[in-house]
Amino acid sequence: MSDTTSTGSGAATPTRRQLIVGLVRYGMFIALALWLVAMSLASEYFLTPTNILNVMRQAAPVIIIGVGMTFVMATAGIDLSVGSTVALVSVLTAGWLALGLPAWVVLPLVLAVGAAVGMANGFIITLGVPAFVVTLAGLTSIRGFAFVYSDGYATPITDPVMIWIGRGDILGVNTPFAISIAVAVLGWFLLNRTRFGLHALATGGREEAARVMGLAINRIKILVYAMTGALAALAGIVVSARLSNGSPNSGVMLELEVIAATVLGGTSLFGGRATIAGTVVGALLIYFVRNGLNLLGVNPYWVQVVTGIILVVAVLMNTVLNQKVESWARAAGEDES
Amino acid sequence: MSANLIEMRNISKSFGAVTALSDVTLTLPHGSVLGLVGDNAAGKSTLMKVLAGAITPDRGKILIDGAPGRYSHPIGARDAGIEMIYQDFALVPDLTVAQNIFLGREIMRSVAGVPILDRKTMSARARELFAGLGLRVPSVTLPVVALSGGQQQAVAIARATAFNARLVIMDEPTANLGAPAIEKVRETITRLKENGVAVIIISHRLEDIFAIGDAMMVMKQGRVVGTRAVDDTENAEIVEMIVTGRDPRERTAVPA
Ligand SMILES: Nc1ncnc2c1ncn2[C@@H]1O[C@H](COP(=O)(O)OP(=O)(O)O)[C@@H](O)[C@H]1O
Ligand SMILES: [Mg+2]
Repeated sequence: MSDTTSTGSGAATPTRRQLIVGLVRYGMFIALALWLVAMSLASEYFLTPTNILNVMRQAAPVIIIGVGMTFVMATAGIDLSVGSTVALVSVLTAGWLALGLPAWVVLPLVLAVGAAVGMANGFIITLGVPAFVVTLAGLTSIRGFAFVYSDGYATPITDPVMIWIGRGDILGVNTPFAISIAVAVLGWFLLNRTRFGLHALATGGREEAARVMGLAINRIKILVYAMTGALAALAGIVVSARLSNGSPNSGVMLELEVIAATVLGGTSLFGGRATIAGTVVGALLIYFVRNGLNLLGVNPYWVQVVTGIILVVAVLMNTVLNQKVESWARAAGEDES
Repeated sequence: MSANLIEMRNISKSFGAVTALSDVTLTLPHGSVLGLVGDNAAGKSTLMKVLAGAITPDRGKILIDGAPGRYSHPIGARDAGIEMIYQDFALVPDLTVAQNIFLGREIMRSVAGVPILDRKTMSARARELFAGLGLRVPSVTLPVVALSGGQQQAVAIARATAFNARLVIMDEPTANLGAPAIEKVRETITRLKENGVAVIIISHRLEDIFAIGDAMMVMKQGRVVGTRAVDDTENAEIVEMIVTGRDPRERTAVPA
């Protein structure tokens, strides 16, 4: 705490202080709200149900994988292999359906493949190899498998179950977004209400403390990567269903979007702090910004630049500024009591 | 019931080329307070981590109440009633006070067959715990990172005494604390002893051990120098043992 912040604190009333802390903590939620308002003024198409549902459908794969990534980051890990798992699952799904296997066999099978890939990542990480390295290797080799299996070709998908997953709806909400919300709700419950979520946060928050308290750290790590692998597979199913084909090129750069959404939402890259609601908002923000800039006719390359800038600002807010403001508010609170 | 709560026999432990413990033996009667003293790197923390199950020794065995303890895991030690307050407190900064206290031993409730964390009960129990110990924290739902050093220590003490401990190990509990907090630690140890709980305290402050301890064990370079009852020794003798690494009584005993 610097002197300037603590001398300034005398002037702020408790309500004012809470307001400032809230502004910083929920900065991304506020940013999303402001962006929605601004865009709805700038483009009359923006706020139409069609457009909003469309953006939500686009964001669904990132939300689905982001829930897993939130757990991985809670343990102070990272998973760069998820985009490639999407590609592998995409070609396997299309290939196995084309062989005549029914969807109720293929879908559980590819989910199991995703979980197995994640479990392998997690296992190697528990041997002491940094998560960054393990999953970077996964990023190249898993996509390699997808190309080997498919010979580089996309395979069309005509299965009715897959068509429904990609294009159908549940109670007026398109299936991909409905799936992503169901995943987010389950993920929120798991992170905030169960022993597993608590232990994941403890592992990332201070591994040595978690170890001497007897937590099963290796099991927790393997599980969060397995879960993320399975969710990447689910996203792979959704992406392939949406495009009606299985392609080894699907999910390129998706890992970066997932990580960006998770960090935007307020989950710490260094472990111990994680929020599922934040991840959902982070993903929506990325896609609504992209959609809004598209509607305004902005050059798509600028969209990438803007996404990068938002990411840096968000991380600054979530780490440096958030900590400063919280310790300032605490110090001010103690002065008064 | 054996006369001794703990017997550690011939414990050895090396970290690569460093021999942290060689052939260390320690005996602790029920409900007694033992001070463990010695220079830096004497092996005090390592010995206590072995006892708490956080480090697996290379050799040696541990008897709890005369029965061999199974020591592969901190959970094994905690189930046997052995709790340790680590030098750095071993708290997770972003978890709340209550979450830290119950970490690894959460109270669960079942909703439609699904076990979920019973946060209300854990918070209530944590509050009772602090009240019972006469310790204070601003709120049990605050993250530990928001607390002062003394308050964090209170959390570590509360955690170590929350589950019917038979032995509480404290690693340098008075380092970096002000006088009032040191007084609180002394009070806590006295209270534990009154309740029949044994305490091992690692400390550089010999005056604390003379004030509240029953016995003292001096270590140097991974070996036991000697053990003394507190009322059978004095400050100068202990300091000599710490510095020279020799037991003066053994030295005079041999030629005579
Ligand atoms: N985890 C570890 N890895 C390597 N060396 C260690 C480890 N823990 C302790 N040591 C070494 O073991 C010796 C004893 O350390 P420690 O038990 O911490 O001593 P004390 O608590 O008496 O100061 C020291 O030389 C220390 O460097
Ligand atoms: Mg030590």
